[in-house]
Amino acid sequence: MGVDVIKNLKRKYLLDLLKKNERIDGRDFHSFREIEVVPNVIDTAEGSALARIGETQVLAGIKFEIVEPFSSDPELGVFITNSEFLPLASSLFEPGPPDENSIEFARVVDRGLRSAEVVDLNSFFIEEGKVLGLFLDLYVLDYGGNLFDTGYLAAMSALLNTKMPKVEDGKIIRGEYKGNLDIKRVVTSTTFVKVDEYMIVDPLLSEELAADSRLTIAVTDEFVVAMQKGGSGGFKKSDVLKMVDITFDKRKEIMKYLR
Amino acid sequence: MKKEGIELIKNGKRIDGRGFEDIRKPFRIKLGVLKNANGSAYVEWGKNKIVAGVFGPREVLPRHLENPHKAIIKCQYSMSTFSSLEEHGRAGPNRRSIELSKVIREALENIVLLEHYPRTMIEVFITVLQAEGGTRVASFTAAVGALIDAGIPMRTIAGGIAVGKVDGTMVVDLGKEEDNYGEADVPMVFTKEGDILLLQMDGMLTKDEVEYALTKGYEKVKDIILPELRKAVEEKYAGEIVKKLEL
Repeated sequence: MGVDVIKNLKRKYLLDLLKKNERIDGRDFHSFREIEVVPNVIDTAEGSALARIGETQVLAGIKFEIVEPFSSDPELGVFITNSEFLPLASSLFEPGPPDENSIEFARVVDRGLRSAEVVDLNSFFIEEGKVLGLFLDLYVLDYGGNLFDTGYLAAMSALLNTKMPKVEDGKIIRGEYKGNLDIKRVVTSTTFVKVDEYMIVDPLLSEELAADSRLTIAVTDEFVVAMQKGGSGGFKKSDVLKMVDITFDKRKEIMKYLR
Repeated sequence: MKKEGIELIKNGKRIDGRGFEDIRKPFRIKLGVLKNANGSAYVEWGKNKIVAGVFGPREVLPRHLENPHKAIIKCQYSMSTFSSLEEHGRAGPNRRSIELSKVIREALENIVLLEHYPRTMIEVFITVLQAEGGTRVASFTAAVGALIDAGIPMRTIAGGIAVGKVDGTMVVDLGKEEDNYGEADVPMVFTKEGDILLLQMDGMLTKDEVEYALTKGYEKVKDIILPELRKAVEEKYAGEIVKKLEL
């Protein structure tokens, strides 16, 4: 139960550095770690991508199924996002059903993609009672902080590289495709943590664990499409607006990995 | 999100007749509605009916979650199976309720003086009996009422509100149709001092619209939500003399 003592020591160490305008790994406050995105890494999936930010790696896989539409929207396709915190990704992860962090992660990525209407679900209609369902699964392979941005990158890259399955007589012909999934907008995200009065982009795991609060912001070219605060610290209105500006600014950099 | 054919704003009024900045009525809070919980609160907010109960500080179960420096908060938000006009809901936690329990708990951890009760847990149970949109922020407000009723010390007070966008217009306190068919929803929790403790957003908003949401959200929490909470505390706890002095 030394967790709190360690957290306090780490927070103090981090704060001392931030006061000197420094970070643990030498980055400035608004820089991302090295980013790498590799699409099409899984042949058996209709779309996939492996994204890495520093020591965090998320593999996104996309599969289609024929499903029954939701009764509230009988003509709309289905889009479902899930995540797996693999125990091999971190000593902090335990085997078992998804915990609140895993659920939050999947739901926040889903929220941005859904809000921005990245995929036109109207185009997934097949016939009455039958629509295409897109299953986006986020496998966390390595957890070194900032899961949310890595997840958005993996998901977005996988979607941009997804092939549409061939459908005949209301069935998917596996291994045969007809064109690519049409993407309406591209979503990018930036995650911040706040320690005392300092806000930093793309936190390391040690920064995340020591921070007071976290904010993830997802945007398109013009709009904020999702926000999610985590942690028990508070933000000021001016903090949030500043982070929105930085997120739009960072978009240019992140878009380079989504072409 | 957006649904054709549903007009959410007509002649400058919202679908339920409210102005753009009006909060749904009724809006009332009552403390001490349950007999067995250490503290409880009931919130009616539009058609939302929400009850919150608090137990503790008490011994931590399971024991390994115990923290020698402070109390832990366990929080469970749930909706009744009959809370929606549509189908019969499933009982038990689902992905949505697990996420909401987490963000509500994190906001509560900010204001409760956890260091006063090391090696204990404070349990906050919230049940949405009837739902009409904006349940998470109403639930947070109910939880704060229940914590006060349980006599748990807090460093400040906080309350929640949602601001969103319907038919291209920013509006305060989304109702059910506005929530379902509107263009954006920003649930928020503010302390009395204006610190943001819960912040989520879906839909599409410009930066100026985000700023409007944060500004109006705080204004409404400060001017309407927190005074109502204060009134509920006075109704239950202030003696006759105090009540007379207030006049």
